[in-house]
Amino acid sequence: MQLSRDELLSAYRTMATARHFEESVFQNFSDGKIPGFVHLSAGQEATAAGVYMALDERDWIATTHRAHGQCIARGLDLQETMDEIYGATTGVCGGKGGSMHIADLDKGMLGANGIIGATGPLAVGAGLSARAKGENGVAVAFYGDGGSNQGLIFEAYNLANIWKLPVIFICEDNGYAEATPSSYSVAGSQVARANGFGMPAVEVDGFDFFAVYDAMREAVERARNGEGPSLIHIKTARFYGHFVGDAQTYRGDGEIDKLRAEKDCLNMFREKVVETGLLTGEQLDEIFEEERARVADAASAAQVAPRATEADLMTDVYASY
Amino acid sequence: MPMKSYRAAINEAMAGEMRRDSSVIVMGEDVSGGTGAPGEDDAWGGPLGVTKGLHTEFGPTRVLDTPIAEGGFIGAAAGAAVTGMRPIVDLMFVDFLGVCFDAIYNQAGKFRYMFGGKAETPLVVRTMYGAGLRAASQHSQVLYSLFTHVPGVKVVVPSNPYDAKGLMIQSIRDNDPVVFFEHKAMYDEEADVPDEAYTVPFGEANVVREGEDVTIVAIGKMVHLANEAADNLANDGISCTVIDPRTVSPLDEETILEEVEATGRLVVVDESHPRCSMAADISSIVAQKAFKSLKAAIEKVTAPHCPVPFAPELEDLYIPKVEDVEAAVRRTMA
Ligand SMILES: Cc1ncc(C[n+]2csc(CCOP(=O)(O)OP(=O)(O)O)c2C)c(N)n1
Ligand SMILES: [Mg+2]
Repeated sequence: MQLSRDELLSAYRTMATARHFEESVFQNFSDGKIPGFVHLSAGQEATAAGVYMALDERDWIATTHRAHGQCIARGLDLQETMDEIYGATTGVCGGKGGSMHIADLDKGMLGANGIIGATGPLAVGAGLSARAKGENGVAVAFYGDGGSNQGLIFEAYNLANIWKLPVIFICEDNGYAEATPSSYSVAGSQVARANGFGMPAVEVDGFDFFAVYDAMREAVERARNGEGPSLIHIKTARFYGHFVGDAQTYRGDGEIDKLRAEKDCLNMFREKVVETGLLTGEQLDEIFEEERARVADAASAAQVAPRATEADLMTDVYASY
Repeated sequence: MPMKSYRAAINEAMAGEMRRDSSVIVMGEDVSGGTGAPGEDDAWGGPLGVTKGLHTEFGPTRVLDTPIAEGGFIGAAAGAAVTGMRPIVDLMFVDFLGVCFDAIYNQAGKFRYMFGGKAETPLVVRTMYGAGLRAASQHSQVLYSLFTHVPGVKVVVPSNPYDAKGLMIQSIRDNDPVVFFEHKAMYDEEADVPDEAYTVPFGEANVVREGEDVTIVAIGKMVHLANEAADNLANDGISCTVIDPRTVSPLDEETILEEVEATGRLVVVDESHPRCSMAADISSIVAQKAFKSLKAAIEKVTAPHCPVPFAPELEDLYIPKVEDVEAAVRRTMA
């Protein structure tokens, strides 16, 4: 663990913002203030914080439909991210994308994606760009346990490996794809699958920010040194359903209560840093409350942010008929 | 007759055929939901509940939750169909066809012809289409014209619960691959649906109403728009024929041409884009084959040539509206 106090504070801030963001989206979606479908990442904040902390502005990321926390971790503007989810023109994609398609190319964020498995090949392409640029940038592909079964992902493994590209595959395994558990849907193991393509792979505890960060740092170092792709299998869990509104009857009795009580990555982070004397509980509490307020303000502003008009419909198309 | 929803009608058709024929199986992501999970089986019964109860009644060997691997399991369904099963597979949102199209158009769709008539491929691909749920660009498209383009694939687009049941039974009994389009904003619509099994034949359009001035051909959910427009126009003394093709491949050209010949005017209403859509296709057929009877230029009412936007204000502008249909009809009368 070589993180400075400031870096630790920043990691915690990312997790706190992401948590409040999802709790806010949950509440406001439930109250009918947010249109469409939203997939929440509450519970999975250590992935966002740990992975993105090891990246810098040279790097590219292609990620999934469950990406609010990751957008925050990547430093997308909080207000623009919130506005996008509400469908305001001030959103990062002008309100045309929504929760499933938040992207910010200026920040290396190739976007959340509505097509499971699409991220693998996109990251391979970004890996080609990174190599061509010669700045030792890396490309990261996220997909879930469910996404790991999509053929596109295996094609991406193969491409990245034969070309020894600076690509990092992140299987963010929250135990379920919609209502289907990974124990049913995944044959073999993620690590063995990667090894089968000749790529190093590790499984990490996704509730532990430090475990995620360490594994990611190692993978990034390997990729920046030209040693090729690798895979990290992050074992985590979601606190909410597949989407807001999912009754989740497929989950076990008390499963979520137990997760919240025993496997909350923010609490686990706190225990570690307070126990070792790196940070104090008061410092963390302060951050937690600051972020709560910042997110609440962003949500209020998003509700009154400007909405699209007819003039916006046919912008960014090259022809109309 | 009992009232049933579009969802229930499709469910009942599948359950009935599964009872009747043990070669009918159902596969897809969460068609049961919860297989191998600590909680309930049949937890979802399909993403929007259309296959609910099938897993409970027919068990895991006939109702299979699949991994997210459409290229794999729809390809497998094509393989199962050509070797004796009658699989119904769930592609969920039609927008996902990009990861599995080959199985449908190069495999299942070609077997009969390419193998010299020796193959039968009784495959049903169920899929959801259409905008209106704020589901954004990759979960809202229409796309039935892509399948219609391909010889060997039948394409079914029911506009109401009665047709949905009869067309689903026909799709399952049919010996060719069928792509069955369900508009996701129509599942709760109710109508009279008989309890017993019946089929609605392919290639027979439904003439929903007959009028004298203008023929409106509308597809799927757009049939409702066309009807509403026709009601409003009737108040102004404009009388419309409304045709629901029910299957866009095969297409009942004969009925469309006959009705256009009677009125001399055509408006096609399609939730798809203006280019290479059913609107474009039906317009071209009529322009070619009923040219002499046309009294006015053909009008198309479609969504614009852009992806489906997320912002509700934009999505509402994107989807064709009743007023658009009325205006198009009036243009043909001007
Ligand atoms: C090609 C494709 N197939 C199916 C879907 C529908 N779908 C959306 S999310 C999802 C489950 C994804 O599970 P996982 O990869 O584990 O990610 P998680 O939702 O758990 O974050 C499915 C099946 C899709 N969006 N794209
Ligand atoms: Mg998952």
